[in-house]
Amino acid sequence: MEDEMKTQKGEEEVREERSTLSGIPLKAFYTPADIDSLDYLRDLGLPGHYPFTRGIHESMYPGRLWTMRLFSGFGTAAQTNKRFRFLLEEGETGLSVAFDMPTIMGYDSDHPRAKGEVGLCGVAIDSLEDMEILFQAIALDQLTASMTINAPASVLFAMYLVVAEKRGTPFDKLRGTIQNDILKEYIAQKSFIFPPRPSLRLVTDIITYSTRHVPKWNPISVSGYHIRESGATAVQELAFTLADGFTYVEAAIEAGQDVDEFGPRISFFFNSHCDFFEEIAKFRAARRIWAREMKGRYRAKRPESMWLRFHTQTAGCTLVAQQPENNIVRIAFQALQAVLGGTQSLHTNSMDETFALPSEKAATLALRTQQVIAYETGVANTVDPLAGSYLLESLTNRMEEEAYKYFREIEQRGGVLKCVEEGYFQEEITKSARRYQEALECKERIVVGLNKFEHPEEKTTIPTLKVDPSVEREQIQRLKSLKARRHNKKVQESLGALKKASQGKENIMPYVLECVRNYATLGEIIDVWREVFGQYREPAIY
Amino acid sequence: MGSTESLRSINYMKNRPKVLIAKVGLDGHDRGVKVVSRALEEAGCEVYYAGLHHTPEAVVDKAIELGVDLLGVSSLCGAHLTIFSAILKLLRQRGSKIRLFGGGIIPEADKKNLKKMGVEMVFGPGTPLKEIADFVRDTCKKKELTKVTTSK
Repeated sequence: MEDEMKTQKGEEEVREERSTLSGIPLKAFYTPADIDSLDYLRDLGLPGHYPFTRGIHESMYPGRLWTMRLFSGFGTAAQTNKRFRFLLEEGETGLSVAFDMPTIMGYDSDHPRAKGEVGLCGVAIDSLEDMEILFQAIALDQLTASMTINAPASVLFAMYLVVAEKRGTPFDKLRGTIQNDILKEYIAQKSFIFPPRPSLRLVTDIITYSTRHVPKWNPISVSGYHIRESGATAVQELAFTLADGFTYVEAAIEAGQDVDEFGPRISFFFNSHCDFFEEIAKFRAARRIWAREMKGRYRAKRPESMWLRFHTQTAGCTLVAQQPENNIVRIAFQALQAVLGGTQSLHTNSMDETFALPSEKAATLALRTQQVIAYETGVANTVDPLAGSYLLESLTNRMEEEAYKYFREIEQRGGVLKCVEEGYFQEEITKSARRYQEALECKERIVVGLNKFEHPEEKTTIPTLKVDPSVEREQIQRLKSLKARRHNKKVQESLGALKKASQGKENIMPYVLECVRNYATLGEIIDVWREVFGQYREPAIY
Repeated sequence: MGSTESLRSINYMKNRPKVLIAKVGLDGHDRGVKVVSRALEEAGCEVYYAGLHHTPEAVVDKAIELGVDLLGVSSLCGAHLTIFSAILKLLRQRGSKIRLFGGGIIPEADKKNLKKMGVEMVFGPGTPLKEIADFVRDTCKKKELTKVTTSK
């Protein structure tokens, strides 16, 4: 009896103690007293006005909807080109390229380390030739293209530029994004090739070149997405991403650039996880912090330099393999959060991604989810519709405060690079990942179909995408034929010039462009840097 | 944590299970392996985590050098068929009795193929840590029993 009472009391206590996913305690309801320090003009302002908490544009979605951009890529360039054109026909409004692991790690398809990985989790790109096929019959000046590539970013960016050059499309007509955020690779995504410091130089060279020659391009997308996916909380995602952003700003200033020259071209990429209000608060807090720091700390004068423009992806790590159709519902809520948070562009995951890359049907459904939000729900009719909510404003303030605690901690530890090298972020994230898993195991957090309302007998029967294994052979054949056709002396000369420039302090972009024009392969270019900069191995800590 | 029960039974075992966990290939998704490594350690196993970007040759060498009972490999980028078959082939070539298990983003049909090839177990997303700890304990117990019977 006593035991029974204890249990009952225990359960009540669990029900009473509510908190966000980041562990911020929540009350049952909020009142004006929770936001009595809030000064409307100072802390929120009108949409399109400093500190841009309510959105970077006055008109936001009533003026123009967000870009519906689905991350896609698999197999050969020709196969991915077909998927791109299919999605565009279905109403997608921007492209986003997913590269395969060998491309991401700077290996050609015929490298021994690429064996069994070609075209599997993205498209295989070995040379300019593949990039030309990838964008065949797609007008580069008519849409924005985003490329998720980091360590070899300069090479893929150069390939895109040379495709435009060969078609006679001027660089100032090109709009899009190259992810080029190497810091989060060490912190979370782990697709690094070179050590952090030379890598940061490559990032800065791309930013400098791009702002001068491709003025509408975003030469970096400072990414919290992967930080979150590897286990970080919303607070950690917010703080670590913005801290990375500050590091890039400082590196560009140190390289002699004016903050108002490159500031407007910095873009961001966030995760939309499953805690509805915390996520919306995170997006709003991010905008406010960025604006305040760009203005206050880095002395930006143009409002555009203070804008935090961001892409959002729904959280892959919240997808559940059990009862996979439930994922459709999760994705819809997460997409709604991003829209209520004022995102510029959005990727919705597909329900089948705990098994494989999305099938055409699942990808279409993901796109339809965004279209339903945009055209049916009415949420896009009003800018920042949740502003003034006692809960949301209080959470926005709290997210900001928590982020500043991390900024101070990072500073005390000697800055972002030092923290990366010493594994501080990695450890913090691993701790959060463990805590999340524990919360699932003891059912402190409920995931429908996984630890409650399970159907263990149910078999999953959704069809998944299968990549044709002949892709690898095909790529290797094409590389062989390319190497026989191209002007190999010019290739060697341009690679030699790149090596010399990389050993010095010059901007590497013009040299990379020249290598690419001569059809030097991705692997050949990256090998130059493997030699000059060395390769990075992270300590194995768990 | 859910693994306390396994922890008790593993600590009663004569020999603690020795496990090498690794990421093989170019995939860098290491959230899962890190959580699993820690959970197995807390469950009483002797765990070695090799880290990222290994070749099949390197992990097989390491596993044999350490004399582990089990080798656990994680794959989330689609290269599982190549990676696991290469590891199995190497283990067989070297006459090793080390059992291979895996986890990650692996389609149902491939899970069956991997098991047919000789992968002991493939865990998907959402697997409770206790299930993995139980699997390690049971596999090593079976191994101990075979050792006893064969030595008779």
